[in-house]
Amino acid sequence: MNILVLLKMVPDVVEELEVAGDGKSLDTSFLRTIINERDDHALEQAILLKERHGGKVTVVALDAPDIDDTLFATMAKGADRAVKITDAPEGMTTQMAAKLCGQVVAGLLPADLVLTGVQALDDLDGLSAALVAQQLNFPYIGVVTAVTAGGPTATVLKEFAGGVRGEFAVTLPAVLGVQAAEKPPRYVPVAKVRAVMKTNKIETVSAPGDAGAAQIEVRQLAKPVVSSHAEMLEGSPEEAAGKLVELLAQRGLL
Amino acid sequence: MASNIWVLAETWRGQVTETTLELLTLGREVAGQSGSQLEAVLLGDKSLAASLGAADNVLCAANVEPTPEAVAAALAQLVKERQPQAVLVPWTNLSMDAGALAAAQLNVPFVNGCKDLKSDAGTLVAQCVVYGGKLEAAVSATTASTLFGVLPGSRSAASPGNAPTVTDVAVTLPEAKVKFTKYLEPEAGGVDITQQDVLIAVGRGIQTQDNMELANDLAAALGGAVCGSRPVIDQGWLPLSCQVGKSGMQVKPKLYIMLGISGAPEHIEGIKGAQVVVAVNTDAAAPVFNASHYGINADLFEVVPALTEAVKAKKG
Amino acid sequence: MTHDPVRISLLGVPGWAVLWALSVAAFGVFGWRAWQLIGLLRQGRPENRFDQLGQRVLRFCKHVLLQPRLLNERSIGLPHLLIFWGFVVYVICFNWSLVRGLVPVLPIPYPEEVFVAALFLKAFAVLVLISLGIAVARRIFFPPPHLHLSWDANLILSLIAVLMLTTLLSAFWPRAMWWLHMVTVLFFLVYLPYSKHLHLLASPFNVFFGNLRPAGDLGIAGGSEEITAGSAKWNEFTWKQLLSGFSCAECGRCDRACPATTAGFPLQPQEIVQKLKKHTIHAGLETNGGKLIGDVITEDEIWACTTCMSCMERCAVLNEQIPIIVQLRRHLVAEGQMAKTLQDALQNFTRYGNSFGKSDRMRAKWTQPLGWKVKDARKEPVEYLWFVGDYASYDPRLEEITRQTARLFQQAGVDFGILYEGERNAGNDVRRIGEEGLFEMLRDKNKQSFEKAQFKAIVTTDPHAYNALKNEYGLSVPVLHYSELLDQLVAQGKLTFAKKNGVRATYHDPCYLGRYNDIYEPARRVLQAAGVELVEMPRSRCQSYCCGAGGGRIWMEDTPGVKERSAESRVREAAALGVDTLVVACPKDLVMFQDAVKTAGLEGKLTIKDLTELVQEALKPAAQA
Repeated sequence: MNILVLLKMVPDVVEELEVAGDGKSLDTSFLRTIINERDDHALEQAILLKERHGGKVTVVALDAPDIDDTLFATMAKGADRAVKITDAPEGMTTQMAAKLCGQVVAGLLPADLVLTGVQALDDLDGLSAALVAQQLNFPYIGVVTAVTAGGPTATVLKEFAGGVRGEFAVTLPAVLGVQAAEKPPRYVPVAKVRAVMKTNKIETVSAPGDAGAAQIEVRQLAKPVVSSHAEMLEGSPEEAAGKLVELLAQRGLL
Repeated sequence: MASNIWVLAETWRGQVTETTLELLTLGREVAGQSGSQLEAVLLGDKSLAASLGAADNVLCAANVEPTPEAVAAALAQLVKERQPQAVLVPWTNLSMDAGALAAAQLNVPFVNGCKDLKSDAGTLVAQCVVYGGKLEAAVSATTASTLFGVLPGSRSAASPGNAPTVTDVAVTLPEAKVKFTKYLEPEAGGVDITQQDVLIAVGRGIQTQDNMELANDLAAALGGAVCGSRPVIDQGWLPLSCQVGKSGMQVKPKLYIMLGISGAPEHIEGIKGAQVVVAVNTDAAAPVFNASHYGINADLFEVVPALTEAVKAKKG
Repeated sequence: MTHDPVRISLLGVPGWAVLWALSVAAFGVFGWRAWQLIGLLRQGRPENRFDQLGQRVLRFCKHVLLQPRLLNERSIGLPHLLIFWGFVVYVICFNWSLVRGLVPVLPIPYPEEVFVAALFLKAFAVLVLISLGIAVARRIFFPPPHLHLSWDANLILSLIAVLMLTTLLSAFWPRAMWWLHMVTVLFFLVYLPYSKHLHLLASPFNVFFGNLRPAGDLGIAGGSEEITAGSAKWNEFTWKQLLSGFSCAECGRCDRACPATTAGFPLQPQEIVQKLKKHTIHAGLETNGGKLIGDVITEDEIWACTTCMSCMERCAVLNEQIPIIVQLRRHLVAEGQMAKTLQDALQNFTRYGNSFGKSDRMRAKWTQPLGWKVKDARKEPVEYLWFVGDYASYDPRLEEITRQTARLFQQAGVDFGILYEGERNAGNDVRRIGEEGLFEMLRDKNKQSFEKAQFKAIVTTDPHAYNALKNEYGLSVPVLHYSELLDQLVAQGKLTFAKKNGVRATYHDPCYLGRYNDIYEPARRVLQAAGVELVEMPRSRCQSYCCGAGGGRIWMEDTPGVKERSAESRVREAAALGVDTLVVACPKDLVMFQDAVKTAGLEGKLTIKDLTELVQEALKPAAQA
C-alpha cells in the first residue's frame, strides 16, 4: 500500500523557550527544533504497515532547520521517498501550512493512507490531519493508536479516555491523525543514516500557490502565569520527608 | 442581541461528559459577557438533553452516529445555518478530531488547547496552552463562528438545572466512510484507581521497572495504589487501566503523590479532582510544582525511601 | 631397547609396517580435521594480527610456557603447568620414537635408550601422574563453579594416565608398553581435534595472535567499515574471533569472574565462546545449526554483559570475549533490536549528547552554586582541560561532589577549565552498546571542541570517559584520571594534609581504570597520604568486582531471576570488612553503590564516598575555602 506521511518540526521543549521582543512570537535565535512527537509515531505506523503489507512510504515536510537530518533519518528507518517543501512563507499557522502541504500531498497521490500526528506542540488554529483531509476530500479520524489495512477499508483503533479504545472501519483512501504507533518509534543507528545520506536524495518541491492569511491573531505569548505554586519543603530528603508526613498527619491523611 | 454561544455536548456511553458541563459553565460566562444566549448542541440521544439544563436551549439532532466524521458534518451544517458567535468543543480524545474537521469544513480556525475564554470588547480571546505547557498564548480569531477546543478542567461543572428547551434540528449526513464497530475495553488491572483515596503516581523519572518497587513500598505504607503517566504505561510497567490523564483515568483521591512526573498538561488534566497533591521532582522549574500543594525538589530515589520510613514510623 | 619393538611380527605383518599403517591413518584423520578447521578460520573476516612479532613471541613465551594466569588458581595451576611440560617432553619423544619405528634402519636409539631422555620421561611420568591425581580429585571432590565436568575431559585424563603408566611399566613389558604407548598417542591424535583438548593445539596460536592494542580495543585492525556493522553469522566474525572457540579449554575461569554470571543474568562468557565454536562447526561444516542470534545465542545473553573485562583478564588462553559480544550487539543495534530504555538513551545521546535527555546548555549548571566562574577552556588557555562527563554534570546526586572536586582543584592551584556546552558524552559506553556510528559522532564533536580550546592535558573524573579519551580518540595530549592528578599534586607538595583522616575505608577499583588501563595505585597513594586506613576487599585490583553499570547496562532493566545485583554483592563485601566507608573514583559507582547500600539494608553501616570527599576532609583547614 502507498502511504504518505506528513511531518513537521516543532520547538524542542527540552530547551528553555523564550518569547521574542514583540511579546507575541518565539525567540528563534536559540530555538532548536525536533520532529513533532506524534508525527514520529505516524511515521513509525507507516513503516510498520509497509513491513506488513509492502508498498511505499513517502514523507512530506516543510523546510525547517535540521529538516534534512530528520528526512534522511526517516529514509534510514524505511521511508522510500522524502519530499521537502521549500520557499514557504515564514511564520505560518497550522491552517496555512496545511493548505500548502495538502496541495503537495494532492500532487503525490494516489495513496491509500495519509498519516500525520493527531496534533502538534505548536498547533493553535487547527489540526493538520483534519485540514488536509478536508482538502483532499478523504475521510478522517484522529487519536489513532493502531491500523490494520486490507481491502478497501482499514480497521483503525481510536483512543478514548480510561484506556478504552474504539474500533472503526475507515474507507480508503483516508487521512489518519496518529496518537501513538503500535510500537514506540524505532531507533536508527547513526551509521545507517550516514549511509542513506550518501545514497538517497531528498526531493524538493516549491511551495505551491498561496497559503492564505492567518485567521487568528496571537495577542500575547508568555510563560504561564502561575496562579499557585507548591509550598516547597526544604532540607535534606529525610527532613523534607519528615515535614511532609507531619503535614499529611495534620490533614488527617495518614 | 449578539449571536449565540454554543457548546458541543459530548456524550460517552449514554451520558453527557463532565467536560461538557464544565464548558457550559465557561460558555455561560462568555455568553454573559457578550449578552448572548447559551446553546448546547446535542448530536445523538435526545433524552440526554435533561443533563444540559445549564444551557438556555438545546439543539438536538438525533440521527448522528458517534464518529468524528458524522459529528463534524452535523456540526458544520448547523453552524452554517444558524451562525453562532462561537462553538466551544471539548478538547478531549473523544471530540478533538470532530471539532478540527468541522472547523476545516467551515474554513474557520479551531483554536485549541484553551484553558480560558473571555470576551474582550466583543472579540473572544482564548488563553491557549502551547508547547507542551511551556508557554501560553492569548489568541483571538478574525472569523465569525470560530470553534474553540477547550481543555477539561477550565471551570467546575455546571449543575443540570431545570429541563432546558429542546429544539429538534435536522441534519443530512453524507454517506459514512468512517464506521464505528466496537469498543475495546482495557484489560482489568486489578486495582480501580478511580476509587482509591491515596495514589502514588510515577512518571518518566522512575527510570527503570525495578524502581517501581519504591513506589509500591510507599503505596503500601500509605494504604494506597500506584498509578502512572503515559511513559510508564507505554513501557508496560503498569497496566493501561492505571494511566492517569487525558487518555487515561480521571482520579479524585484524597492524596495524590507524583514521583518524577514533569507535569505535562495531559497528565494534570486527570487529577483535577485530587484533594492534596504532592510532587517530588529534581527539576525545580518543573511545571508539576505549579499543579501541586506541596513540593519536594529532590531526587525521588532519596526522598521516597525516607518518606516510606517516616510514614511507617508515624503510623507506628 | 634390547628387542626393537618394530622388528616383531604382528599376526604375520612386520611391526614397522603395522606402525606405518596406523600412523598414516591417524595422521590422515588428524590432517583432514585440521584442514577442515583451518578452512573455517579462513572463511572468517580478515584481521591483521601479524604485526609486532617480537611482542608476540614474548607473549607466547609468557603465557604458553609459563602460564601465569593459570597459576592464579592454586589448586590446578602447578598441576596444569606440569602436565603441559610433560606433554612437551612426551611429544618430542613420541616423534623421535615414531621416526625411529617407521624407519627401523636409522642408526639411532629409541629415546628410552638415551639416559637423559629416559630420565625426563620417567620424572615427568611421576610428576604428571601426581598432577593428574590432583586434577581428578578437583573434578570429583571440589570442582569450582562453571568447570565443565565432561566425559570428554575424563577420557583425556585417562589417556594421559595411560601414557605415563606405559613409561613407568616399560621396564616390565618393554615391547607391549611401547606399542600401547604409540597406539594411545595415535588415538589421542585422532581424538584431539574433535574434543575440548583442541585447545592444546589452538591456544598457543591464540596467544601468539592475541590483542596487543589497549585491553578494551574494539576496532578491528585492518578491518573495513563493514566489520563494524556487526556480526550475525559465524563467518562475519574475524578468523581470530573464531580461533577463540577452538582455544577455549572450558575451564570456567571467565564465568567465575563474570559479574553477570554471578548475579544470575543469562550470560556466561565461556558459553558465548563455546556456542560460537559449536555453531561455526555445525554451520560451516554441516550447513545447519539455525540462526546464531536467537537459536544459539539469545539477545538477553548479549545484552547482559557489563564489559567489565573480568573474563578477558582471567582467561588463560587470552580469549577476547567482549569484542565478540560487541560484534553481536552491533548487529542488534543495526536491526534496532534493543530495550526501549536503551533506545531512549541512544536517542538522547544523538540529540543532546547525554543520556539524561537534558539540554547541552544545562551541562555546566552544576557550577552555578560555586560562586565563581570555572574557566571556559574554549575562551582562555588552561593547563588542564577537565572533561567532567555526563553523570558528574547532570545527575543531581553527584552535583555537590563535582563542585567539591572543582574546589579541590582550585585549592591545589590547578589551572583548569571545562568545555561547558561543548562537551559531549565521551562515547565509551555507546561504543560498547554497539552503536559505533554514534560513538564516532560523539568523538568527532568532542574533538571539534578540543580544537577550539587551549590546554596541555586532559583530566577526567570519569573512568569510562578516561578509557575512550586515552585509547580511542587518537589524542596527542596526556589524559589523566583525577586520581592520577591528585597523586601528582600530593607528590609535588601542592596538596598537603594537616590532619590524618583516620577513616577506615576500602577502595573499589573502577573497571575502566583498573583492568582496562592498569591504573591501581594512585588513588591508594592519595588515600594513604590523606591518612585513610586502607583495607583491601577480597576482590581488589584486577579482580575488582564490577558495580553492574558498565557497557550500557545502566540504561537497561535487570533480567527477571537475578539473584544478587552486582552492586549489592559489592557493598556487602565492603561492609564485611568492618570498614565504614567504601571509596569510589567513578561517578557511576557512586550512584550504583549508594542505591545498593539502601537495598542491601546497610544504611548507617556503610557510607559511599568519592575520593574527593576523603581528600577534602583531610585538607589543611587554612587551605579550605
